[in-house]
Formats: sequence, structure tokens, C-alpha cells
Amino acid sequence: MKGIIGTKIGMTQVFDETGRAIPVTVIHAEPNTVVRLRTPEQDGYEAVQLGVGAVRVHKMTQPLAKDFQKRGITPVKYLREFRLPGATDLVPGSAHRVEDAFASGDMVDVTGTSKGKGFAGVIKRWGFHRGPMSHGSKYHRRVGSLGSRTSGGGGRVHPGRKMPGHMGHRRVTVLKLQVVRVDSDRNLLLVRGAVPGPRGSLVMVRESVRQKKGAK
Amino acid sequence: MDYIKLLEEDQMRHDIPVFRAGDTVRVAVKIREGNRERVQMYEGVVIALKGSGLSKTMIVRRVSYGVGVERIFLLHSPRIESIQVVRRGKVRRAKLYYLRKLRGKAARIKERR
Repeated sequence: MKGIIGTKIGMTQVFDETGRAIPVTVIHAEPNTVVRLRTPEQDGYEAVQLGVGAVRVHKMTQPLAKDFQKRGITPVKYLREFRLPGATDLVPGSAHRVEDAFASGDMVDVTGTSKGKGFAGVIKRWGFHRGPMSHGSKYHRRVGSLGSRTSGGGGRVHPGRKMPGHMGHRRVTVLKLQVVRVDSDRNLLLVRGAVPGPRGSLVMVRESVRQKKGAK
Repeated sequence: MDYIKLLEEDQMRHDIPVFRAGDTVRVAVKIREGNRERVQMYEGVVIALKGSGLSKTMIVRRVSYGVGVERIFLLHSPRIESIQVVRRGKVRRAKLYYLRKLRGKAARIKERR
């Protein structure tokens, strides 16, 4: 199954055969535990639930802890589901490692939680232009006009108007990144390009929904 | 454990001599022409060293046929066959961008002994 949960370590560069420097993101993917399978009969869809991270049992909710106990699976901190082909071939309780999931050259999508930017203005959040900073102008980084007196048939603001607000810290998926290297000794995955989120954040890596160029 | 450091150390080269801005170096660069690979020499003054670790780079300046040429090299790149320090220069700053405005006698650098 081409999917795994990992932690973003950070970025660096590696040299390829021709000597070019390739920017890569290092993802640390410790062996995931296969926690449970979702089947069409029982759940209405096919998927596998993977988990990572050590956790103290008394820190978990009772029902969850009991569920792990009943299945005889070591409790894990984070649980994520993958709806991918081959998901139901895995055996609950077994380990799912990086090298089982990917090989170098694969195309993957990476999902993470983007860096939080706090309450951001319209320039940072939506790329609006700012006003002049001098020459008597008092209009610097403000929102500006929200619409005309006649907009929407009578002085109202259209829904979806781009305004200031919370930016970042949301689920973001980056499509079609190439796996540059899989380091099975250190459980590392090197992916070309940038990945959402700060260092140390949890990311889900899965087979890309986009095709590799030329494939198909 | 710092995985990035480990990964970078794997790729670092230890055959790069120590030099600084103002030094003259001769760089042997591997160049691919079609399927053939050959080595080209490039000699000039190091006018700046930038970055650290694996991504450390240098700017090498030379004046060839009256035209100033500057090339940026990744120090740890496998495309660099070797670097040789030809002459050590005595300079008083780390970035020698002022050399771009000078030519001829004024652009000389005193030798460091």
C-alpha cells in the first residue's frame, strides 16, 4: 500500500547522478502500525487505519485504550486512514515501513497542516496591493472598498469577499512530488520540493492522484 | 538525532582545501558535452564565500579578454573535480564586490605570506 504517516524533519539538498543539486524535504517515517481495516461490509468503504507514535495509556480516552487492548495492538498516538488500492491487504497489528510503501522515483501527494500565520491582513492573506506609504496618503495596508452602492442589487457585500482573518494552520495537500530516496535504515523519505507545515509536524504521504509524466 | 546533518555529512567532500576571499583558485570543472565528459579549468579570484555546510558556495571572478566573468560554484558539488589554491591574497573584507568596479592595476590583490 502506497501510503504512510511521517514527521517533517526539514529541508536540505542532495546531488543527483549528473551532479545537480535537488532541493528535498526529509520526512521521518517510523514503522507505522496497521491498526484496523475498513471493509465495505462493515464500514461501507475500503481503507486502512495506520498509527504512529508512542503514547502512555492513561493519557488516552478510556474507550480508545480499551479498543487497543481488545485488539492486542500497542497503543499509538496518531491515527490516520488511507483509502488506497491494496489497503485491505495489510494485516492488523503488523508494521508498515517506508520501504514497503515507496521506492525512489514514485510520485506522491503530501498532506499536512500549514504553518499558522495568525490573524492576517488582506495584503498578506490575499495578495492585495498596498497603498502609497507617503505623499500624504493615509491608505497603507487597509482593506479598501467592499463593493459599490449597487452591488448585489442594493448596497450589500457579496458573499466570499476577501477580507482579513485567520491564515494558515489548515489542511494542505501538495500534489505530485517525486520521491528522491528511501532510506530504510534510518526510516527516512526524501521528497523533492517543499511540504506543508513546520518542522516536526505530522504529514501523510500517499501515492499521487496525478500521473507521472509519460506514464498511463 | 539530527537527520539533516547526517544526510548532509554523507555528501560532504573532505578534499576541498581551506581558502578565503581574496585567494586565487584553480577549479577543475567536469563538463558534459553530449555523451562525452571532460574537465575544464577555471582560474580566478574568490570574491565571496556564501552559506555553510553542504550548500556552501563561492564566487570566482576572472577577467578574460577584457570581460569580467563570475562563476558561482557549489563547493561540495560532484561536478567539481578539484580545487587548487594558486595564490593567497591579503584583503581586508569578506566580500570583494568592489573589484567589479576596478580594472587593471587597481584590481590587483597583495599576496599574503
